[in-house]
Amino acid sequence: MLEDIGNLFHGFAVVIQPFNILLMVVGILLGVIIGVLPGLGGANGIAILLPLTFSMSPTSAIIMLSCIYWGALFGGAITSVLFNIPGEPWSVATTFDGYPMAQQGKAGEALTAAFTSSFVGALFAVIVITLVAPLVAQFALEFGPAEKFSVFFLAFCSFIGMGKEPPFKTVASMMIGFALAAVGLDSVTGSLRLTFGFTELLNGFDFLIAVIGLFGIGEILLTMEEGLSFKGKAAGINPRVVLQTWMELPRYWMVSLRSCLIGCWMGISPAGATPASFMSYGIAQRISKRGKNFGNGEIEGVVAPETAAHAAGTSALLPMLALGVPGSPTAAVLLGGLLIWGLQPGPLLFVEQKDFVWGLIASMYLGNLVGLIIVLTCVPLFAAILRIPFSIIAPIILVICAIGAYTVHNSSFDVILMMVFGIVGYAMKKTGYPLAPMVLAIVLGDKAEEAFRQSLLASGGNLGVFFSNGLVATIMVLGLVALFWGVIASAWSRLRGVPKTA
Amino acid sequence: MTFSLQRLGLCAAAAVIAGAAPFAAQAAWEPTRPVEIIVPAGTGGGADQMARVVQGIVTKHNLMKQPMVVINKSGGAGGEGFLDVKGSRNNPHKLIITLSNLFTTPLATGIPFSYKDLTPVTMMALDEFILWVNADKPYKSAKDYIAAIKAGTDGQFKMGGTGSKQEDQIITVALEKATGKKMTYIPYKGGGEVAVQLVGGHVDSSVNNPIEAVAQWRAGKLRPLCVFDSKQLDYKDKITADQSWNDIPTCKSQGIDVEYLMLRGFFMSPGATADQVAYYVDLMKKVRATPEWAQLMKDGAFNQTSLAGADYLKWVEAAEKTHEALMKDAGFLAKK
Repeated sequence: MLEDIGNLFHGFAVVIQPFNILLMVVGILLGVIIGVLPGLGGANGIAILLPLTFSMSPTSAIIMLSCIYWGALFGGAITSVLFNIPGEPWSVATTFDGYPMAQQGKAGEALTAAFTSSFVGALFAVIVITLVAPLVAQFALEFGPAEKFSVFFLAFCSFIGMGKEPPFKTVASMMIGFALAAVGLDSVTGSLRLTFGFTELLNGFDFLIAVIGLFGIGEILLTMEEGLSFKGKAAGINPRVVLQTWMELPRYWMVSLRSCLIGCWMGISPAGATPASFMSYGIAQRISKRGKNFGNGEIEGVVAPETAAHAAGTSALLPMLALGVPGSPTAAVLLGGLLIWGLQPGPLLFVEQKDFVWGLIASMYLGNLVGLIIVLTCVPLFAAILRIPFSIIAPIILVICAIGAYTVHNSSFDVILMMVFGIVGYAMKKTGYPLAPMVLAIVLGDKAEEAFRQSLLASGGNLGVFFSNGLVATIMVLGLVALFWGVIASAWSRLRGVPKTA
Repeated sequence: MTFSLQRLGLCAAAAVIAGAAPFAAQAAWEPTRPVEIIVPAGTGGGADQMARVVQGIVTKHNLMKQPMVVINKSGGAGGEGFLDVKGSRNNPHKLIITLSNLFTTPLATGIPFSYKDLTPVTMMALDEFILWVNADKPYKSAKDYIAAIKAGTDGQFKMGGTGSKQEDQIITVALEKATGKKMTYIPYKGGGEVAVQLVGGHVDSSVNNPIEAVAQWRAGKLRPLCVFDSKQLDYKDKITADQSWNDIPTCKSQGIDVEYLMLRGFFMSPGATADQVAYYVDLMKKVRATPEWAQLMKDGAFNQTSLAGADYLKWVEAAEKTHEALMKDAGFLAKK
């Protein structure tokens, strides 16, 4: 342990060279831009910029690339809050309360809360990595298909039964999501499903295109119907908004801590940042005293998913370094980079490449700090975007959405698909079907299915595999409790004769 | 019948182009736009790594005036990428790096694609397959492991692999034939994940490529049993304290008569002219002469066979026949 801390200080010495600090700032700025543009995610951004780094030392290169990653994690929140368009999959849950806050003229508060929570989540994860790296890598090895499925199961369960919409509409929406997730190649049998001979459907429905359409285009259609008025117009520019929000945030330390833990666990296992953000939001809503107000602009509803997403995004780098298994698409591209720089990810990386590993870990501390300062100073600026008249900003958003949808697979078919999803999103909002369960099912549906079928293959079709050891059984039971919590709670309140609040 | 005639025609045309390549080498065609390399697989896999190394080498050594861009089109087990290149007739700025899914994907899914739709450029290397087990298990040699499989029941031993009805499962079926016992094949998304599942004890063995499992081998978590090639690997540098790639016996010497190598090569869009093909053949030759390439070959213990022109086409033709026969045997062909 002491030796590790010595190594960490050595890492700081490596990072604090002026050239590396410059790379860090450049990386964060690029990352924020990449995060803001929907579709051009962190993974794409890093893939495009990777060749630039071949002439640098591996340590400088990883500092710049990982800073792009942090920047993208920060940037994803901006469009979610301002326009209800998640720039990254893990920002979807941030829109649930972030956007309503912006509509009430509290965009500055929402952004400050999002950025600060991101920083807290990342910091927590880095500390975990610093202290328990070898132990944590061991934990990831425990995760076979059954354990992975149980985690997805928990993510679904902690999100279902939020209670606001009629349960049948929630289920219907989720089932449509599962059906869409099933389109394309079935990875277990290796044959095509539901493509009906259309080669465009080989790839299935990409989550990002669905989200850009459902949220972004759907929202624009709604606003147009309401007479082109942009609700966020009232947003005042107040440079002190950051400080004022900071005074308020310590009150939510329990939410933060819980979200940090969820995030780290999801990042290491490695299930990723997206289930972490949904799970954290669902659980926060369940536990919070103001849970009923979630979805109407509750600051806790921003803190919970952002903290968890960043904690997961950061800790996802650990399984990549220690095991060579990337916990996120971005980590996968970084992994490719490591191999090109001649570094072999795996158990020995921590022993053989101390400079690199501890330089990276030190850059996680500093990079996130630099990132936080950069994005926070821009909060009033971002919030001011909302003062631009809707008739000017809407076409710009449409163009950015279309570019985003095109970039995902470089396919113009996806742009059409995005428009279709936009109309579906509009129709669903008008008829009161919730979008979130559908989105969750599109993101995690095929992964959950794959893990489920892998487990059953291994057990010869015996469902007992999901209760075959302490770890998996605990997670499954937690999931079941979360699933029926609504029923239990409402039965309890009815028993006690408490009148139901709307 | 017209369909197969067309195929023959295309095939002949491709052979002519490839054969004419050496004579056209002085005709100086050069890319006028950025060149795309399509990867018909996800980020981080073997094909993706190789494409990105090629991109890095071309950029670093300034081998081409235009930039090179790597694009992943992994949908439908790579079908998305193949159809994209097939649809880019007469676009000489599009290359595709292939793995065995060049053959397995059309056969298993029935998508309208064959390697004959593309213009062959050059083979870069062949990727090896090795039988791995967890180092904590008592199987010290392939013979031990095979004996254990034979003594067990059908489906008792679990083989983890990448994808379904692709190379890893084809090798598994061949192993089943050799042992006479069924194995439970569990498909995962990527080779790195398979290696970690094996370290975690969730499967009993894998047939990972060297580069996917080498880190775990060096750390003493996995043990290589045998290599599915006709001869031992060339690389004699010690990887662990006492073993090099060269020390791994061939599977044949261990009583498993199975050989399998995977193509790592380039094709380009249909309708390419001889001097366009010659340009890329020459470019890739320069790439293979760099120290970075040599390092990649060594890290991944690749079989450094490289072919171009008619020899390459002949190799691909034979490989497709082999795959068709293997997959027919295993019942993996798409239902018509």
